[in-house]
Amino acid sequence: MGEALLNKEAVYAGLAQNVAIQALCAAHPDAVTNAKFDHGELTLVIAPDAIRGVCRTLQRTGYNFLEDVTCVDWYPGEPRFQVTYHILSHQLKERIRLQAMVASIDPSVDSIVPVWPSANFYEREVWDLFGVRFNGHPGLRRIMLPEEWDGHPLRKDYPVEGYR
Amino acid sequence: MTNNLCYCLAVEKLLQLEIPERAQWVRVLLNELTRLNSHLIWLGTHAMDIGALTVFLYTFREREDILRIFEQISGQRMMTSYFRVGGLALDLPLGLFDTVQSFIKVLPEKIDEYENLLTGNPIFMNRLKNVGTLSAADAIAFGVTGPPLRASGIDWDLRRDMPYSSYEKFKFEVPISSDGDVWARYVVRLREMRESVKICQQALDGMPEGPIKADAPHVVLPDREKMKTQMEALIYHFKIVTEGFQVPAGEVYQAVESPRGEMGYYVVSDGTAKPWRVHMRNPSFATLQALETMCVGRLIADVVAVIGSIDIVLGEIDR
Repeated sequence: MGEALLNKEAVYAGLAQNVAIQALCAAHPDAVTNAKFDHGELTLVIAPDAIRGVCRTLQRTGYNFLEDVTCVDWYPGEPRFQVTYHILSHQLKERIRLQAMVASIDPSVDSIVPVWPSANFYEREVWDLFGVRFNGHPGLRRIMLPEEWDGHPLRKDYPVEGYR
Repeated sequence: MTNNLCYCLAVEKLLQLEIPERAQWVRVLLNELTRLNSHLIWLGTHAMDIGALTVFLYTFREREDILRIFEQISGQRMMTSYFRVGGLALDLPLGLFDTVQSFIKVLPEKIDEYENLLTGNPIFMNRLKNVGTLSAADAIAFGVTGPPLRASGIDWDLRRDMPYSSYEKFKFEVPISSDGDVWARYVVRLREMRESVKICQQALDGMPEGPIKADAPHVVLPDREKMKTQMEALIYHFKIVTEGFQVPAGEVYQAVESPRGEMGYYVVSDGTAKPWRVHMRNPSFATLQALETMCVGRLIADVVAVIGSIDIVLGEIDR
């Protein structure tokens, strides 16, 4: 599992051989704002406007499989929404986690459906439950709840019994 | 049992707990029984969708044996909850290994029986071959995992490639096929069942003795006997039951190979006894996205075969 590396400098020094970090340093030197290596898992915090480009670079580097897109609400913290991506490499047998921190007012981030079509349902789920908008998504509609539902129920400030 | 295992593994990773070997092996054994159980239901219902009703009666006969085993272990036939953070709830009941042994001894013959009914059956083959073809590139693009991914020619199985719960100590093959059609998924799943039987046999033969719970009094409930005689055990019991146990702040993603593909739990802890966020990545939810691609240009009747072939569970989709 190895020692936990808790900031960008430590991760870049400790995992200098990691192909994802090397590729991102070359292609998007400013995109990675923070990094963490904990419990044997690598996490990179990405500037929200760079997420699609970063995903494309990772896909070319061998991280070929998008496992999951989800969101964490850090209410009342700011930036409030942490959109989280888990990307797997079949070849390297490694997983990488990307996070894009999105502010609470009109939260939106670029969709990665053009990179991985499998993000389609996941982004719709995040929109439905957290209200984070994905720019460039082919059909951003609710997926779990009825169209006329009020609010986004997994937000931490959503009343437990719903709006009445 | 797979959901149960995956959540426990995720929380144990956050707590950095060492799980005793016996507990890990029991987890493997029960997970493979779950896989057999799931594939038996899939085979019965899939064949019934195609029109071969008989197989359903046969597979549900064997499934009943597995449910009886689950009932002996956990008290429940379905929706079992037997794994706990830190190990198992109880040790296995006496005589359980004999029951499992006699079941997996006859199962390969039963699988031959199903194959006799289906594999050479011209109607069944016509309905399945060259139907719902999915290329390897499309399978990856749509997030397909598990048997459908392997039936499209991608050699990937989390049990072998990113082992958890001591799967690295078991010898098994990962069946793959390059055809990518409904038939390939049928063949892959049947071969997987035979491999699962092998894993169960290895687990029974090599089952280590020893404790079934981790040595972590602040997380694992104490034995009833200790609770009645030792003050500390009583205090820990009270604290765990009333407040739960605190998990250090952090986030983990733990994936396991469920019968239908990759099941992942993303758990975020803020350092309290309740998780801040738990997200489940379910295989059926992602695989459903490939349905359209698999059905384009085919008959409506083929949609039934395709849906059966991805072993869909709607509880994973409409959560």
